[in-house]
Amino acid sequence: MGKTLAEKILAERSGTDAWANDIVISRVDLVFVQDTTGPLTIRLFNETGIGRPAVPERTILFMDHAAPSPARQLSTDHVFMREFGRQSGCVVSDVGEGVCHQIVAERYARPGEVVVGADSHSVTAGGLGAFGTGMGSSDVAVAMALGRNWFRVPESLGITLTGQLSPPVCSKDLILYLIGLLGADGATYMALEFSGPGVASLTVPDRLVVSNMAVEAGAKAGLFPSDERTRDFLESMERGHDYVPLFPDADAKYAGAIRVALDSLVPVVSCPHTVDNVSPAAELGDVRVDQVFLGTCTNGRIEDIAMVAAMVSGRKKAESTRVLVAPASRQVLLRAIEQGHIATLVEFGATILPPGCAGCLGLHQGILGDGEVCLSTANRNFKGRMGNPDAFVYLASPATAAATAIRGCITDPREIS
Amino acid sequence: MADSVFKGNAITIGDDVSTDDIIPGRFAHLRSNLPELATHTLEDRLPGFYERAQPGDILVGGRNFGLGSSREHAPVVIRMAGISAILVRSVARIFYRNAINQGLAVLICDTSGITDGDELEIRLNDGIVVNHRAGEELSCGRMPPLMSNILAAGGLIPYIKEHGTLDSGT
Ligand code: SF4
Repeated sequence: MGKTLAEKILAERSGTDAWANDIVISRVDLVFVQDTTGPLTIRLFNETGIGRPAVPERTILFMDHAAPSPARQLSTDHVFMREFGRQSGCVVSDVGEGVCHQIVAERYARPGEVVVGADSHSVTAGGLGAFGTGMGSSDVAVAMALGRNWFRVPESLGITLTGQLSPPVCSKDLILYLIGLLGADGATYMALEFSGPGVASLTVPDRLVVSNMAVEAGAKAGLFPSDERTRDFLESMERGHDYVPLFPDADAKYAGAIRVALDSLVPVVSCPHTVDNVSPAAELGDVRVDQVFLGTCTNGRIEDIAMVAAMVSGRKKAESTRVLVAPASRQVLLRAIEQGHIATLVEFGATILPPGCAGCLGLHQGILGDGEVCLSTANRNFKGRMGNPDAFVYLASPATAAATAIRGCITDPREIS
Repeated sequence: MADSVFKGNAITIGDDVSTDDIIPGRFAHLRSNLPELATHTLEDRLPGFYERAQPGDILVGGRNFGLGSSREHAPVVIRMAGISAILVRSVARIFYRNAINQGLAVLICDTSGITDGDELEIRLNDGIVVNHRAGEELSCGRMPPLMSNILAAGGLIPYIKEHGTLDSGT
């Protein structure tokens, strides 16, 4: 019998013949924390008494969630993290560098690695064929200290993709559709594994969007094979040497199978207050939007910004709608400036925010007022997510965000020529 | 060694309790001040929870408890509010691990017949929950040995302090 991607990676990294549901102790190749989980992780790491991170140069401390900090307590958490970075030799990714998951994809994660972050969207690295998974502070502290942790090898749900997306349908529509189908707990404890002829039509940035949201169906990982597209992406990040091909065995055993014809997908929106509450954008009726937010580890990449800039070029945003744009990283911001998209967006009426999480988790930079509605390209719309339990967050693709910013109400991007 | 029998009254809460319900992101500035953060536990979802919870109370949820972020502060503040154990129909993966790592037991059973205020008794070693009001016994299964060893040590960090490694538990 053959192995799934999850079984292959965890078998290799644990040095055992691992199969689904086995508990293994695996090497961890990359560990990271961010500024809302990092201080607790560091305190717990210190409590272990082990003293020194196993591999400091592969232990990254990101300041992205509150960057720049809106409150003295958070600033003091940053001081604490920087100080720990200095003492321990861990890498500090400071304010302005961008969102952890984007930087992990740009600079660090390699196909076949086990990547553990103190952030639930650490599944994003699955878009590069790495077993990325989110853990809490105790588990990450142990991974930091020992360079290892225990894992239950997940069963995998095989998702076979055929055809290709028809623009302006985006890979965001694929993952929102799947979450609507599976439900918010439909893949709990499992890995989603994507395969089939449609996979080759998705670029790594497209795949990162899909993997990023695997956790919204409860999944432990969202894995793509490592193929020529992966090589292209790594080369574009000047790390072609990190490429290794990685595919599941043809006779691997899956806990379930789903087929999705990419051509059949339409623009969809996840409605308040759960991510699995998904409807076609065209069927929502008149939903007036106060704020459009383009950014985050889901859809704040250069491809997303370029798509929106192309759609809004030469137009003005709807008068009653604020448009916030937060590039996911410094590299994304630089490329957006070089390619002229920032000027286009500012002329359209958008407000440009620094690289980072911005308003995604309701700490700063775009907190909603009572009764307000936001259409966001992020990954979560839970009650209170954007800082106000009396506000409403809808999730959609960057194309739907652009169409919505033009019209001022939720709009199927196919209606905008 | 942590207790293996928990007795307390049920505080019920519905399905899909997210980590944003447990501690909204807007309180992130309090994450290095846990006693203060704990006073806001579940405040959007179950107003007055922190004041109401008595030491030993058992939090009873429905499906997909703890979905969302990896913030370990979520089980920490629930424990600080006095909750001794959590009973749910199903639980999100990261929350489950985080709770056990904090020495807070999470048991999975059919919680649909439990009502607010019920007097409950959890017998961890037998995998049984007794509902004294309803005169009912519910099965809550057992954890893998490594997880129950971590719980028994009072959490993952105490476990590592004791063993220096994970390997002895498997
Ligand atoms: S952008 Fe949002 S979802 Fe992504 S890491 Fe930041 S807060 Fe989390």
